[in-house]
Amino acid sequence: MPELLALTGNDAVAYAMKQINPDVVAAYPITPQTSLMQKFADYVADGEVDTELVLVESEHSAMSATLGSQAAGARSMTATSACGLALMWEILGITSAYRLPVVMPVVNRALSGPINIQGDHSDTMGARDCGWIQIFSENAQEAYENTLQAIRIAEHPDVLTPIMVTLDGFIISHGLETVKVYDDAPVKKFLRDYQARYTLLDPSKPLTLGALDFSDYYFEHKVSQLQGMLKSPQVILDVGKEFYKTFDGDCCYGFYEAHEMKDAEMAVIVLGSTAGATRMVVDDLRSRGVAAGMIKIRSYRPFPYDEIARELANVKAVAVLDRSIAYGADGGPVHGDVRAALYGKHPVPVMSNYIYGLGGKPIDMEHIMGVFDDLKESIVKGHPKRRVGYINLKEGNTPSLVG
Amino acid sequence: MKKYIEGTVKSLPLAGLIEEAGTAKKYNTGTWGTFKPVFLEEHCIQCFFCWVYCPDSAVTVNEGKVVGFDYDHCKGCAICAYECPTKPKSIVMEKK
Ligand code: SF4
Ligand code: SF4
Repeated sequence: MPELLALTGNDAVAYAMKQINPDVVAAYPITPQTSLMQKFADYVADGEVDTELVLVESEHSAMSATLGSQAAGARSMTATSACGLALMWEILGITSAYRLPVVMPVVNRALSGPINIQGDHSDTMGARDCGWIQIFSENAQEAYENTLQAIRIAEHPDVLTPIMVTLDGFIISHGLETVKVYDDAPVKKFLRDYQARYTLLDPSKPLTLGALDFSDYYFEHKVSQLQGMLKSPQVILDVGKEFYKTFDGDCCYGFYEAHEMKDAEMAVIVLGSTAGATRMVVDDLRSRGVAAGMIKIRSYRPFPYDEIARELANVKAVAVLDRSIAYGADGGPVHGDVRAALYGKHPVPVMSNYIYGLGGKPIDMEHIMGVFDDLKESIVKGHPKRRVGYINLKEGNTPSLVG
Repeated sequence: MKKYIEGTVKSLPLAGLIEEAGTAKKYNTGTWGTFKPVFLEEHCIQCFFCWVYCPDSAVTVNEGKVVGFDYDHCKGCAICAYECPTKPKSIVMEKK
């Protein structure tokens, strides 16, 4: 029987890792990931897992050790946050190029500088083009379930692509929630035994991995790597469906969750924990007869371009919430993706972008209500009230969106 | 000399793997150098320093004796000539 436990997001992911029982875990502490690995280290110390826990001297080493052991044929994991992820950057691209199905929880935190330890999405957005699948979680329950599913998605022979499962720093990682955990036996059955596609430790099958690759074949290898990402959408859906059927869960199992989108005139698109507050605002507006809706994106890479365009086909105004800035681009990164999804579609909704929550800046229901107020006005005017707005920012003369 | 890797995006081994051992033999690195070592047998004392130090296993040995170089794999680094202890040297570098 599934059990209800009071767990923080970090504890929930550590619980998932306990059930995954990886062969190797490399760990280096960084706030707000630290308590995740601390919890997992308890499981190792208590003999609840068979994992070889490697304590390394930096995140660059953590990712390198994970890559090395995965290439040796062992199911390997690590976890990180913010600057730790930035320090892994070089090895992130090598891991995906070597088609190693590493699953790494990333507890989202603002990148320095100025130095800040609180939650935003600048870390994983910075690592967006490293060839990793990125799956966002709204709460501890989703972080737990996404971590389990990520193993199956990454290890699928058509995919063989590493995955970051993200959870918002502190809001999810340190917030205590009721989490439904599933029994070890069905979880183990769901996860299946790891069958490495190749191993460097078999002398009867000698292999060279990481050979120098010049202009004659580097390009071909990169396009070949891309095939794993291109094949992942179907696997994400299949694994989600199987998880739902096996465990009768009630999370988001597709690319995104469409909440009250059927006849929505205005919609907010959001990633991560802010979906919770947005859903409550939408429900409140609906109770007052306002046709509001929300799309919560779960699979950010691969991005569901066609599906998002279909959801927005009859929407009059849409606001994309971004928890990071894409410097020199058009607002935030999610905004750019949604705009790209709508290219060539008719009619298109009036579109605005709102940057919020950098460095843990609070976002409340009133702020999100303010976004919907803007959208209402945008529909009347036929153009966006703000093309790029900043939520809860002390902006000086230009008044920010005040909740 | 045959190029080792052949194929397209569709047929290349996954992850840039080379699924065969000893393939360095098939890769002609001998074209890289600007200089090449020339063996002067008359000074050679068969100490094998050149054979030990060559990073590319490009010193050729026949019947227990150093006899010259494998120019398909010698990169012209001159380590052999530097390490050769005889006076005058039994290996001299020549411009290619
Ligand atoms: S020049 Fe360098 S590579 Fe060539 S034989 Fe001498 S040591 Fe070997
Ligand atoms: S190092 Fe010089 S002397 Fe010694 S074996 Fe080589 S060529 Fe001959």
